[in-house]
Amino acid sequence: MAAYMLETKDLGISFGGLKAAQNVNIRIKKNQIYGLIGPNGAGKTTIFNLLTGVYKPTTGTFYLDGEELKGLSQEKINHKGIARTFQNIRLFNNMTVVRNVMVGLHNQPEFKCSLIETLFRLPRHFKTEKAMRERAKELLSIFGLEEERNNLACNLPYGKQRKLEIARALATNPKLLLLDEPAAGMNPHETEDLVNTIKFIRDNFDMTILLIEHDMKFVAGLCDEVTVLNFGTVLAEGDTKSALNDPEVIKAYIGG
Amino acid sequence: MELFLTTLINGLSLGGIYAMIALGYTMVYGIAKMLNFAHGDIIMVGGYTIYVFMATKNPFLAIFMAVLFCVILGILIEKIAYKPLRGASPLAVLITAIGVSYLLQSLALIIFKSASKTVTVFELKSVSLFGVPVQISALLTLAVTVVVMVVLTLFIKYTRLGRAMIAVSEDKGAAQLMGINVNGIITVTFAIGSALAALAGLFLLMRAPNLTNTFGAMPGIKAFTAAVIGGIGSIPGAMLGGILLGFVECIAAKITVIAPYTDAIEFSILIIILLVRPTGFLGKKRREKV
Amino acid sequence: MNLKKFKFTHYINYFVIGILTIVLAVLTMTKTVFPSSFLYLMEKMSISVILAVSLSLVVGFLGELSLGHAGFMCVGAYLGGKVASMLVPVMGNSIPTFLISLAVGAIAAAICGAIIGIPALRLRGDYLAIVTLAFGEIVKSIFQNTSDATFGGAMGLATPRFSKSYLFLFALVLVLITLAVVQNFIRSKHGRAVTAIRDNEIAAKATGINVTKYKLIAFIISATFAGVAGVLYSFSTSTIQSITFDYNYSIEILVMVVLGGMGNINGSIIAAALITFLNTKLPTILTGDLAVLQDLLYALILIVIIIYNNAPALKNFRDRVSLSKLLKKLFRHKNDPSSISDDAAKWDVVPTKIEMNEVLSVDVVPPDLQDPSGKGGDD
Repeated sequence: MAAYMLETKDLGISFGGLKAAQNVNIRIKKNQIYGLIGPNGAGKTTIFNLLTGVYKPTTGTFYLDGEELKGLSQEKINHKGIARTFQNIRLFNNMTVVRNVMVGLHNQPEFKCSLIETLFRLPRHFKTEKAMRERAKELLSIFGLEEERNNLACNLPYGKQRKLEIARALATNPKLLLLDEPAAGMNPHETEDLVNTIKFIRDNFDMTILLIEHDMKFVAGLCDEVTVLNFGTVLAEGDTKSALNDPEVIKAYIGG
Repeated sequence: MELFLTTLINGLSLGGIYAMIALGYTMVYGIAKMLNFAHGDIIMVGGYTIYVFMATKNPFLAIFMAVLFCVILGILIEKIAYKPLRGASPLAVLITAIGVSYLLQSLALIIFKSASKTVTVFELKSVSLFGVPVQISALLTLAVTVVVMVVLTLFIKYTRLGRAMIAVSEDKGAAQLMGINVNGIITVTFAIGSALAALAGLFLLMRAPNLTNTFGAMPGIKAFTAAVIGGIGSIPGAMLGGILLGFVECIAAKITVIAPYTDAIEFSILIIILLVRPTGFLGKKRREKV
Repeated sequence: MNLKKFKFTHYINYFVIGILTIVLAVLTMTKTVFPSSFLYLMEKMSISVILAVSLSLVVGFLGELSLGHAGFMCVGAYLGGKVASMLVPVMGNSIPTFLISLAVGAIAAAICGAIIGIPALRLRGDYLAIVTLAFGEIVKSIFQNTSDATFGGAMGLATPRFSKSYLFLFALVLVLITLAVVQNFIRSKHGRAVTAIRDNEIAAKATGINVTKYKLIAFIISATFAGVAGVLYSFSTSTIQSITFDYNYSIEILVMVVLGGMGNINGSIIAAALITFLNTKLPTILTGDLAVLQDLLYALILIVIIIYNNAPALKNFRDRVSLSKLLKKLFRHKNDPSSISDDAAKWDVVPTKIEMNEVLSVDVVPPDLQDPSGKGGDD
């Protein structure tokens, strides 16, 4: 058990001459809810893309639970235990809600079933399918989506699509969950609901969560610690209250 | 020396034709973000129009009518078949384009029957260049290609319309917000591409005057290959790819052992280039935002 | 398996084709002599159905356009045909000869499928389509230029036509096998992974799906059965010519898949059978100059269907007048949500439906409107 669930060391990437992120050091302890905030264009989503293997870092590296994951492919990183949601929701739109979650369960060892077994319809195929469906239903019920399970994902209202994306990410049984603006487009009531859900996930799934958010009330009410990014570099870090009150941070947000 | 010079002129003129067709593909791809599969068949329509109007014995009228007819046809196809699908999945657009290609070919078959038509537009002999006989048609092709390329490049660089085209190809949404009539630009693009296809039809007829309903299919596919090799969306790329492919074809045809495999070689080059450098020689890399 | 949950409608295609096969087999055994035109039609139809179902896997479920399906068939036909012509002097024109040829043709096509699958990993959409097209042309050109002794070159390869009249029964059994493999694959966790890649490749990767593996598997299965169709073809005819397997043939198979509704296997089967039937029957009706009307018709059908199914402007119209809704009303289906299955789900559904109360409560941005260019994001 490493000291930190996620540790990045001088993580950075440049696109051509543009340094989208540089020398980013984030340390997240197990079971923390950690915020990554900053003005538009600060490089927050870039960090997510680095942590999930969409981009390969040009400098630095990162460790999940002590294991270096730099350079692995996106699916390998997911297998190692990082799952994410996307800022512009990416669901499997033409599949039903329950199947979206079942795709998330695809690589879980308890649902292993070889291609040959499914092609010949051996008993294990039916057993795994049934078990996967049951597990998916359980996950959906946490998010209040059980009733919607047989609707197409694209027919869900916006807020429920966001929840479904989280459910799908959880299905991959991650150690670290990355949420990219989970509260975007939600009303205050839904946001409050989301805060409770995220806390529930942390407590019941023994989860560590890193999230990007613009809603400062949401961040203040949820995150234990935050890192503030601006122009790809770390502006401030530490416990949420003091970081948010840092004059540098206020200046970066208000401009000046 | 003789072999070298004939191959050079031949390769350049065939390459010029490919480049002209490839320009149509590349411009449409750059601006409408679609692979216009029916582009090759516009060449065939141009060929048949020339054939029909050659009855007047006036080649210039025939060429003019071919260009005019192809432009109208290109615009009509865009308006009827492609425009309703703007915003739909790329797969749907591609399949529709294939349908249009099929439609044009079968219409031509109905109207002109399957027997191939021989069309002689100009009675051109060959001239002696450094003591080597060279087809005038090849030189003419070369000259016209160069003129077309220069005019087109100047048009895109220095006219309002041309710059609007660049803007639309960069970012449709932003161009629209800047007050550019995106639909109009797309129409113009199709019109230019179709006019070039009609000219390409003329020059192809001058090389091999046998007209059938699949006249444009193979040159079309090869020119697309050229566009991809040069980097789709890039105008200099289309020229480069076209000339490269023209040379490969002319050189391969001269070597007895590999001559029958000329098509296979050209397509293999395409596959290899796409694997090694998916954006072609001069294409821009597009990264999908996550 | 839980029999209570057994859904007849899920397996209806097996039953229809299975019963047809059994009836025809019994009739054959009772010495019924079918007219040769009927046998020929059945063989042709089976070949088309195998091709359409296998192509449907790549186009409808993986969401990639393959324009070289006839190329895989060509490989199967030539290699299977060659093996058959070598085996016939030794083993006779017998069932073992057929089975060995079948295996060789299928494996050869599968290898080609794997080779084409590699570019598929790097390329998508239009680029991949053009690579598959190039592949088909390369294969055609290679077989066309072989020597007389190897694959017969431009004159074509003489293949032994199967000596017994019941080749069509084998063909029907092969249809059933194709259907079983493709359908079992799609309706499994592995098939679900493939449809996930179709719907959103980036999300599939982030969800831990091995995109490389599944794209390759889809291409290999698809190519294998195209090869099977090719071997069947070589046994149902006496000469195979590479010119048969041109680009137009690939398009014809694509028309079947599109006509059947992409991602709808039963639709593909019906469309394949129908088009093949028309292909053999129409020339007797549309004689002379009218014969070309057939191609025109296919082209028009292709364009109209795609535009009708995909045009964003027609969406509301489609919602009101949908065939499946009409059928549901006719058969008095309850509004049973479990009747939605992924295989029936159309690949081109555009998300919209916003509940009224949602509109009132929040500022809902339908996902298809919030980011039309697909390149939102603040960083």
